[in-house]
Amino acid sequence: MSVLKTFVKGGIHPPDHKLSAGKPIQNLPLPKQITVLVSQHIGAPPKLLVKRGDQVKTGQLLAESGGFVSANTHSPATGKVAKIDSAMDSSGYRKPAILIDTEETDEWEEGILTDTVLDKNIQLNGGDIIQKIMEKGLVGLGGATFPSHVKLSVPKGKTAEYLVINGVECEPYLTADHALMMEKSDEIMVGIQILMKGVGVESAIIGIENNKQDAIEKLTRLAPAYKGISIQPLKTKYPQGGEKQLIKAILNREVPPGGLPIDVGAVVFNVGTVYASYEAVQKNKPLIERIVTVTGKSVKEPANFRVRIGTPSTAVLDAAGGLPEDTGKIISGGPMMGRAIPGTEIPITKGSSGLLILRNEEAKREKIIACIRCTKCVQVCPMYLEPYLLQTLSEKDLTDRMEQERILDCVECGSCSYICPSNRPLLDYIRLGKSKVTKIIRSRKK
Amino acid sequence: MKFLTVSPSPHVHGAASVKSLMYDVVIALLPALGISIYFFGVGALVVTSIAIASCVLFEYLIQKILLREEPSVSDGSAVVTGILLAFNVPANLPIWIIILGALVSIGVGKMTFGGLGNNPFNPALVGRVFLLISFPVQMTSWPVPKGFGTSYTDATTGATPLGIIKEGLLAGKELPELMSEVPGYLDLFVGYMKGSAGELSAMALLLGFGYMLYRKVITWHIPISIFLSVIVFSGIMWVVNPDQYLSPLFHLLTGGIMLGAIYMATDYVTSPMTTKGKWIYGIGIGILTIIIRIWGAYPEGISFAILIMNAFVPLINSYLKPRRFGKEASNG
Amino acid sequence: MSNIILYTILSLSALGVLAAIILYFVARKFKVYEDPRIDQVEEALPAANCGGCGFAGCRNFAEALVRHEDISAFYCPVGGNNTMSAVAKLLGKTPVENDPLVAVVRCNGAYSHRPRTNIYDGAASCAIESSLYTGESGCPFGCLGHGDCEVSCNFDALYMNPETGLPMVVDDKCTACGACVKACPRDIIELRKKNPKDRKVFVSCINQEKGAVAKKNCEVACIGCGKCVKICPFDAITLENNLAYIDPFKCRLCRKCVPECPTNAILEVNFPPRKEKNVAQETTMKVRTPENTDTDTNK
Repeated sequence: MSVLKTFVKGGIHPPDHKLSAGKPIQNLPLPKQITVLVSQHIGAPPKLLVKRGDQVKTGQLLAESGGFVSANTHSPATGKVAKIDSAMDSSGYRKPAILIDTEETDEWEEGILTDTVLDKNIQLNGGDIIQKIMEKGLVGLGGATFPSHVKLSVPKGKTAEYLVINGVECEPYLTADHALMMEKSDEIMVGIQILMKGVGVESAIIGIENNKQDAIEKLTRLAPAYKGISIQPLKTKYPQGGEKQLIKAILNREVPPGGLPIDVGAVVFNVGTVYASYEAVQKNKPLIERIVTVTGKSVKEPANFRVRIGTPSTAVLDAAGGLPEDTGKIISGGPMMGRAIPGTEIPITKGSSGLLILRNEEAKREKIIACIRCTKCVQVCPMYLEPYLLQTLSEKDLTDRMEQERILDCVECGSCSYICPSNRPLLDYIRLGKSKVTKIIRSRKK
Repeated sequence: MKFLTVSPSPHVHGAASVKSLMYDVVIALLPALGISIYFFGVGALVVTSIAIASCVLFEYLIQKILLREEPSVSDGSAVVTGILLAFNVPANLPIWIIILGALVSIGVGKMTFGGLGNNPFNPALVGRVFLLISFPVQMTSWPVPKGFGTSYTDATTGATPLGIIKEGLLAGKELPELMSEVPGYLDLFVGYMKGSAGELSAMALLLGFGYMLYRKVITWHIPISIFLSVIVFSGIMWVVNPDQYLSPLFHLLTGGIMLGAIYMATDYVTSPMTTKGKWIYGIGIGILTIIIRIWGAYPEGISFAILIMNAFVPLINSYLKPRRFGKEASNG
Repeated sequence: MSNIILYTILSLSALGVLAAIILYFVARKFKVYEDPRIDQVEEALPAANCGGCGFAGCRNFAEALVRHEDISAFYCPVGGNNTMSAVAKLLGKTPVENDPLVAVVRCNGAYSHRPRTNIYDGAASCAIESSLYTGESGCPFGCLGHGDCEVSCNFDALYMNPETGLPMVVDDKCTACGACVKACPRDIIELRKKNPKDRKVFVSCINQEKGAVAKKNCEVACIGCGKCVKICPFDAITLENNLAYIDPFKCRLCRKCVPECPTNAILEVNFPPRKEKNVAQETTMKVRTPENTDTDTNK
């Protein structure tokens, strides 16, 4: 498994800027007050269980899942519920949130094991594993926050052949997954075995890009000790971490339009989620913390932090040397698909993979000029689309043609906007077009 | 602290800009320019600089005065059009004809359609064909290469190798006899022949091709498909009757096929948007060029071939769509 | 020479006549029968092809009018009652009579009232900005200022005021076709009853946040205090979700509510000035930029 693979058509090579690579994970001290957004995942919002004044333990259930495609939200700290209020999330909109005044020492909820001894013995069976993962509020930690138990439940009529593990971290600047793979390698391997049992497959393949040679070597050394797991080194290319591109690169299969990875026999999980699954199943620990990379050319000490959910972004930024003077943009996530946040009061959520600071001179877009038909956007699109055409159709509101041109296939990776020499806002308009077409399709079904 | 900037993703941008791409094309053309000055002396320099200056000036004036918009000459596209126009004409062309050609290239070929990005036909070729049809004598008297000794105004002139062959065949002579009247293959490759500044040196043009591929300015599909279709089509004719039809190598090294395939057909605005489209486009150009060269009235056909295929590009774009992701899916 | 001319004229004329004959028979054979009344009705319509009636252009509307027995559900906002009665007369059906409407922009969050808290650098489209986040100010309901509405108007009745960043409706040209209402991603524009002399009284805010939050983000927001509801003698004002709404069909334009509003969120337009000058009523036109805006805006 040593020949370098990649997805052949499309993709770009943005400069790495892995400024925080090789830095060990630091634990961020618990802030005095945390703001836990009630809903931190895709799907139905959970139902609030606590009220103002309640005393809560670390790991206690705060809000209960609101349906199948939903997730539980647990308390990341011990303390008293100060207020049930609304807080701004990365979109600037205020959403329901639980503000907790924290106490320094954790009083863990019953049943949670706090030791760090590696437990290789997987006692639960497949169905119970899925149940446990659901109870512990696990969602995809790659950034999409899709409830994990839903992905593990293979629908009737489909069979899973492979578990594909996303250790790619193709976004420039981010290093959270890399650090996790280096520091918690064995736990990740056990986590993979747990998920293999949950999905019901015999083989798992971990995809790692070749700009993380140390991770490839370490995990390749460990793999023989864990049955069914193999490592696939990949050529560094963006957006290899997108599940469709990852499956194409590793298995050379293409997910059909409107379909899911399970349609080609694959189930994809991010290494962060894998680690959280290990903690959930072996240590009964719910999802209450995650690794966040703080990075940027002007950040004093870019690093990876283990942060409790609900920590205000200001606390995380301070730990990396404070918000630099010449900050132009703060991005939650990576520079290609992350969200630019309008203010620093936004708390860390399950989906916050990183905080990237861009300086003033890096933050503004250049002047837009006419499309020169250079075809670069067509060359880089990993979904084989024609972005220049989709953008024009979206501007003119031609929804029928957009649907015909398969605009819904777009994974919003941003390669087209990145490469366009005329600085055209291709992805902005394509996103708008996608939402218009989705609305129309939904109204047809009624 | 000042306000934060918020915009949709992506938040970083690649290094390519229209200006950087255009200037890369200029750099790629420098070897060819060097060769033409080496062979034709001052004349080549005069023609090229007048062409560039007039194209830039006309674009600036049209945008500023007629259209009343911000002039965009700094993006370099007018400079490229100027160089390519100069490379398509004899190195002793009178200045006023060059200026007229620039006016037609930029004014008619580009600005009437809406400026950069909107023209259906290659502007330099529009100018060149206009000049060829309007001034056939001046446009077909090619100076003999004499190095820096070649004077601009008084150069001795003659026909290009293709011109010599064409006239000879029409007069009833056969190829083996005619080949002695034209330069040998090595001369043709280096560029020692009569022709326009850009036609001369396949060597210099291929160097530029390599540079543009390395800088990711163009992809290889259009030039390679043109070369392949020229080789195959002319090769078939040559194998059938080598006394009447020139060899594929001769075709490639003479006339404007090298220049046209690498620099003119690959013009962004007027070429197809998909890989499949680029292949069909290239094959069409190759076949049309050979047809015109063999059976047409002109000894050189690539300018017309490119213009004809330019007209088909919107159709090619509509019908030759890329294969969609997941079309042939394995079942889960 | 004259022979050539003669032959040319003869042959071209013969070709022309032949073509005419062929076309005549083909047109006869493939003719689609259409009710002649459709043409007549189309003549009576304003030919704006704006879509305000809900149909794909005036001809499509004419077809629907002819096809349906009961046309009480159909209305052309551009032509209005006059056009509908003319059409009804042609077809012998009963038209519906509607009050004329006009587009009203229900946001007064000019730069001076609603300071920016960040800078938007994406594509200049309200739809795109609104799907991304709350906007350049803290108010998630307010106007974004890129002019999607201005672009959508077919009648030149809407233009963006560069000083305030808000759209202005030209009442004379507005036909209430509804294009701007559909174009605005935040539903800020409403079609309200058109009053004589283009007078309007309306709540210029659609913010549903709690009063304190709304006021912090914009000086002239509706805080949902309800004072206007209490003072209205005609029960035209309702309060829901921290937002007051004046029903244009119940409102008699008495203007009692206007001075009651503590944030001046209710606007009265095209009225003669009151006896005592109410300074706070005027919308200030001072342009604010992030550089010269300080955080304390409540002066």
